[in-house]
Amino acid sequence: MKVPEEPVSAATFEELAMPLFDQLYNFARWLTQDTAEAEDLVQETYAKALRGFSSFQAGTNFRAWMYRILRNSFLSSRTGLKSTVAIDGEADESLLPAETTTPESILIQHADREQVRQALADLPVPFREILLLCEVEEMSYQEIAETIAIPMGTVMSRLSRARKALRNLLRTNQGGRHGL
Amino acid sequence: MACEQWHSKLDAYVDGELDLAEANTMGAHLRACSACAAEVLERVQMKRSVETAGKRYVASSELRNRIAKSVATKPRRKSAALWTILAVPAISVLIVSVAVNFYVGRENERRQRVFSELADLHVAALASAAPVDVVSTDRHTVKPWFQGRIPFGFNLPELQGSEFTLLGGRVTYLAQTPGAHLIYQVRKHEVSVFIFQDRGEEPASLASGPVHIVSFNVENWTQNGLRYFVVGDVSADVIQALSKLLRDAQ
Repeated sequence: MKVPEEPVSAATFEELAMPLFDQLYNFARWLTQDTAEAEDLVQETYAKALRGFSSFQAGTNFRAWMYRILRNSFLSSRTGLKSTVAIDGEADESLLPAETTTPESILIQHADREQVRQALADLPVPFREILLLCEVEEMSYQEIAETIAIPMGTVMSRLSRARKALRNLLRTNQGGRHGL
Repeated sequence: MACEQWHSKLDAYVDGELDLAEANTMGAHLRACSACAAEVLERVQMKRSVETAGKRYVASSELRNRIAKSVATKPRRKSAALWTILAVPAISVLIVSVAVNFYVGRENERRQRVFSELADLHVAALASAAPVDVVSTDRHTVKPWFQGRIPFGFNLPELQGSEFTLLGGRVTYLAQTPGAHLIYQVRKHEVSVFIFQDRGEEPASLASGPVHIVSFNVENWTQNGLRYFVVGDVSADVIQALSKLLRDAQ
């Protein structure tokens, strides 16, 4: 699953960073839930990354580095600070209902895009971001671990819990709507 | 109960994070177990729906332009360019004379290092539980598998009538450069073929020709912008025969 890295030494910051613009914006918009804030966040990310580019170690993962800057900037922002409450609560397993092992493919099939979007937006930030990094950005566990600065084991457990939480939200929403 | 050991790996399986051997074992289990297969189906559907739902927001072109402008690489100053024109020839003469002395010694050392590394890659692949990621004797399967995995394409020879069999291939790295690693079999011996882009630097800039390191014979050459290495614990003649087939296929 390894994605070949470009040799960084020869490439300029512009060449490396601009292709990531669209996905960084999408990620920022999902984190902030606000257009103006997302724009500020992306701009701040690029400014910080450009300043710190000399400290970027060639041969390491540039994409993960950019996402990490964006994420840290978000977490130190006003909206981000509020969301850290959810991160602190991670160790609390009782946060989520117990796992149900019933296959729910029918449920998911019937969940339309808008419902999934709503459920994603309703998730706590740590769950929302890990799902976006894994499913939308198609990052490997290793890359996610680098981006969020957590061990691989935590990536796996958090991802699994995020998926459960999303499933539960979809079930609750659909249950309310269709009286399931 | 037997499913419990699989259950914890379902996420890793749908995320493509299991290694080849584990993924194969999981695949075999899924064909036999409808409950786990249904779980996998549900997870895949969930992944897809999050993927589509998550690709939602598009930035304004104004923001893009603003940021592109702020990170644009600045053109070099003229005075610097003039200085370069004057100084470069003088410095070059100095450097070349010093470098030539160094070069001969360094070149041998470099060759040894690259060939040792290739021999290591060859042995490591054969010692691995899954020596190849694409398992096929058919060059028409193996060649396209590399598309999108490495930044170049190459041709593989027709082996009918020869003593060689293609076992498969994998992506490999040498000096941070991605390349193709193909494994051929000849009379119970495995021979590795490595292909990298010839970028005028290591590992590509080495002198071509046969080499013998410890128990391995190596042949290497450049062709159509690509650098080929053939490595194996077989006689130099066998290495040459496979090299000829590869050369003729290009």
